Amino acid sequence: MQMIKCPWCGPREEVEYHYGGQAHVAYPAEPAALSDEEWAHYLFFRDNTRGLFAERWVHTAGCRRWFNAVRDTVTYRFHATYRPDEPRPVTA
Amino acid sequence: MTTVDAFSTDPADAVPHTPAAAAAGRLNGTPPRTPGADLPEHPDALWKNPEPKKAYDVVIVGGGGHGLATAHYLVKNHGITNVAVLEKGWLAGGNMARNTTLIRSNYLWDESAAIYEHSLKLWEGLEEDLGYPILFSQRGVLNLAHTLQDVRDSVRRVEANVLNGVDAEWIEPDEVRKICPIVNTSSDIRYPVLGATYQPRAGIAKHDYVGWGFARRIDEAGVDIIQNCEVTGFVRDGNRVTGVRTTRGDIACGTVALAAAGSTSVLTDMLGLRVPIQSHPLQALVSELLEPVHPTIVMSNAVHVYVSQAHKGELVMGAGVDAYNGYGQRGAFHIIERQMAAAVELFPVFARAHLLRTWGGIVDTTPDASPIVGRTPYDNVFLNCGWGTGGFKATPGLGWVFADTIANDEPHPYAAPFSLDRFVTGRLVDEHGAAAVAH
Ligand SMILES: Cc1cc2nc3c(=O)[nH]c(=O)nc-3n(C[C@H](O)[C@H](O)[C@H](O)COP(=O)(O)OP(=O)(O)OC[C@H]3O[C@@H](n4cnc5c(N)ncnc54)[C@H](O)[C@@H]3O)c2cc1C
Ligand SMILES: [Zn+2]
Repeated sequence: MQMIKCPWCGPREEVEYHYGGQAHVAYPAEPAALSDEEWAHYLFFRDNTRGLFAERWVHTAGCRRWFNAVRDTVTYRFHATYRPDEPRPVTA
Repeated sequence: MTTVDAFSTDPADAVPHTPAAAAAGRLNGTPPRTPGADLPEHPDALWKNPEPKKAYDVVIVGGGGHGLATAHYLVKNHGITNVAVLEKGWLAGGNMARNTTLIRSNYLWDESAAIYEHSLKLWEGLEEDLGYPILFSQRGVLNLAHTLQDVRDSVRRVEANVLNGVDAEWIEPDEVRKICPIVNTSSDIRYPVLGATYQPRAGIAKHDYVGWGFARRIDEAGVDIIQNCEVTGFVRDGNRVTGVRTTRGDIACGTVALAAAGSTSVLTDMLGLRVPIQSHPLQALVSELLEPVHPTIVMSNAVHVYVSQAHKGELVMGAGVDAYNGYGQRGAFHIIERQMAAAVELFPVFARAHLLRTWGGIVDTTPDASPIVGRTPYDNVFLNCGWGTGGFKATPGLGWVFADTIANDEPHPYAAPFSLDRFVTGRLVDEHGAAAVAH
């Protein structure tokens, strides 16, 4: 089983976490101004990157806090985990 | 073709597979037989491996079941034969080679029932159409209900199915026991079986033979099947795509049809087109070969596993996707462990069976658990994706409908509700409930 490093608790087993999909998707600044097309993209469309992907995780069985990770979607290897208020780190 | 008669799935006809049974066979004079010995022999070659031509009327990207079936119906229903199927790996080696072959049409909504039932009807004549054994075995599917909410949802789905002409009934636990005696229907388990929906015409088929059968037919008709040919880019001219760039050179095309399942987003990204697809690992597994013990297909959403027994005797099992996005064609072992716990809960008799093999594919999931079939903003690019965990059953139906859409440059009525723009209009076809452990 993979160990995932919670930015608050440190490395824990994968089963303690839940997945939250693409990270850094901001709530629209002016929701009322969006067209149907823009709403559709905000609600339903997410990047589906093959390779390094910034995504959200929650430490459900631990501190219950959300954080972000950069993970390779081909090897599944975690390259970094970081707090939601931190920018996406530069990873190789 | 009637060779399938030789492969009766009636347990009474089956050859025992355990060493002990084989030994007993030797003792009473019956020669021991190898599992799978009753499966048909294949010809040495089923298709040619041509060099790609400079241009085709239709280029299909993806040589899985959907790409092959689409080519078949382009030929058969529309007389379009100047077609290439481009496959980056080997033919039908993606999800087509990895799925658990459940075929059913008991989906909730009218739009889904229409296309899946169309497909099931085609399955019923497919062996004859292809002239190739596909071992389609209509052994029925039980979708178990374990909670009051399950019961209500199931009964609703049965009523909807009946209105749509899909064979479906609600059955009580004692009938479940009659159809599948090895299911644990005692009230003394964590999630007792409160009943089930039953679709007798559901079944399984041999996925490889299906792929090979389609491939042989289209090859005979003059379609070029080009393996080891990855599409790496598109040549664009305004709103049209005039050619595809591949690892075997550029190929010009009149029309492009995408049928790349889990890798769809990689292609649409090259076209600057966003699709609401998330690719996930989906795993399945088989046990060692066992004597026939399981006469039907059993699925359970709540306990979360589904099981059938393949022609050779393996128990074939699966459940839901691994939670994270993934393109790795493998998944995590704790997912398998949970499936096994669920299987043993429902089928105590499996407790001593050994796990033989696990594997994974990449499935293309959508927000409403329904596929995306039809047009794109490009005049001559058609899209087929989003079948997620359940597109094997749609293979002939989708092929028929997608070919029609391509040939007439107009969505077939069964495809129309599954357009990409439903995510803008809000007319989703939410099949999360009926997707039934998602297959
Ligand atoms: C474990 C598992 C169990 C499943 N169980 C069931 C089930 O019980 N019932 C059911 O109905 N469905 C099931 N499915 C889903 C089903 O397998 C898929 O929905 C269906 O196979 C998708 O269509 P396809 O056969 O064309 O896909 P694939 O066989 O995946 O074909 C897509 C092809 O496109 C090729 N390709 C991708 N990118 C490129 C490129 N750039 N250039 C050229 N070629 C490319 C790939 O190599 C691949 O061969 C299951 C799937 C999995 C993984
Ligand atoms: Zn934590």
